Amino acid sequence: MNEAQLYGVCGAGLVGIGLYGAILGRSTLRRLLAFNLVGSGVFLIFGAIARRGGLAGGAQSDPVPQALVITGLVVAFAATALAVALLIRLATVAHEAASAAATPGSTDDPSTPATASQGRGERGPGHVGAGHS
Amino acid sequence: MPDVSLPDPHWADLPLGFALLVLALWLTWTQRDRAAVIGFSGYGLLVAIAWVRLGSMDVALTEAALGGGLMGLLLLTAAARLGEETDQPAPGLPARLSIALLCLGVTLVLAAVVLGLPSPAPNLVAPVASHQAVTELGNPVAAVLIAFRAVDTMLESVVLALAVIVLWSFGADRAWGARPRALHLGPPSPALVFLGRLLPPAGLIVGVHLFWTGADHPGGPFQGGAVLAAMAALLWLARLGEPPRVSDGLTRLGIVVGPLLFLLIGLAGAVIADAFLDYPEALTKPLILLIEAAKTLSVAVALALLVAGPPELPGPMPPRQSGRAAKGVTP
Repeated sequence: MNEAQLYGVCGAGLVGIGLYGAILGRSTLRRLLAFNLVGSGVFLIFGAIARRGGLAGGAQSDPVPQALVITGLVVAFAATALAVALLIRLATVAHEAASAAATPGSTDDPSTPATASQGRGERGPGHVGAGHS
Repeated sequence: MPDVSLPDPHWADLPLGFALLVLALWLTWTQRDRAAVIGFSGYGLLVAIAWVRLGSMDVALTEAALGGGLMGLLLLTAAARLGEETDQPAPGLPARLSIALLCLGVTLVLAAVVLGLPSPAPNLVAPVASHQAVTELGNPVAAVLIAFRAVDTMLESVVLALAVIVLWSFGADRAWGARPRALHLGPPSPALVFLGRLLPPAGLIVGVHLFWTGADHPGGPFQGGAVLAAMAALLWLARLGEPPRVSDGLTRLGIVVGPLLFLLIGLAGAVIADAFLDYPEALTKPLILLIEAAKTLSVAVALALLVAGPPELPGPMPPRQSGRAAKGVTP
């Protein structure tokens, strides 16, 4: 087995492991991490194909798949950053809603008088336009 | 002519591939989120070595800078903020077993496809090599990125700019105009501050060198930009500087200058050269250099801002989800 086949099979294994983790991960962060494993496995398979093509064409690796993988890596990073921001926002909103439901009298945030209305208002479509003006 | 066979013997491949799979399994089954995130950074570096073994130095550099460095930092800050959350109980054994079998099936099919690829392998090495001289670039990957598949690269730089806009829109309405604070994780340790003073000067040179040497050797705007972004993130993490406010005009210019210049030169190509994203022959190399310089800057700014997170008002860290998340735990 040459290195292209070996890393190709390794990539196939990573896709399977990542898929399992993305479905059954312990937490949302772990599922995001597992999703990145799937991406990594797909890139490795692509890399193995690039290696085979490159060796057949007289180079170390086919440059066209390499270029596509580089752009893919950057886009995968951007998508992960967005997912992380969504997770943190989700946790914040969930906590605000929970604390508002538990203690309706107290306010977590001094800038707004009513925490209960704020937890809803932030996600409400009517509030978004007013917030930016 | 490049040497077809790598000088390195193949003894490293089997342990490396095995280590990747074991590490991936461990990442999936380990208990603590933070441990898994730290393991994922190590995983990124191992994958980078695998890319070296596959003969793709350019991808290896990108993977090491992005997957090993920036991604680790991003996920570590996320793990620190989210705490150890367990949002739902695991399903029963039959469900888990059937999902495991499904995933095994996916792996087996993919492995069969990989092992059954046609031989001789189709490739685009010769077409790239025969047209590469026009671009005056010695690195075939750079030639593909900036000339032969320029549409992909341009769209990708637009995607980065859009990602920053979307990320900023995740902030609370009342926080608009504030600074991103995802890297504010309590007072930095003296060792981190020391590293924050020591590393960025060297990182700056490495990043610019990676961009410059990318014309003829492995490297380029993405790799260089990722290193520069990591240096900025390190400065912010060590609290030696602050991320710019989202309303800062210069920052916004930095995000869009790369894609904008790429698009304008591409559109000009439709008039003065033969097609959209075509370069006039006499100006090919200077134009490519101009685009790549602007793209390095934009990639660095966008990646650093993606790590820095959406704008937030100053105050205590967002509360953790786990039961031990006390309201008194403020940085």
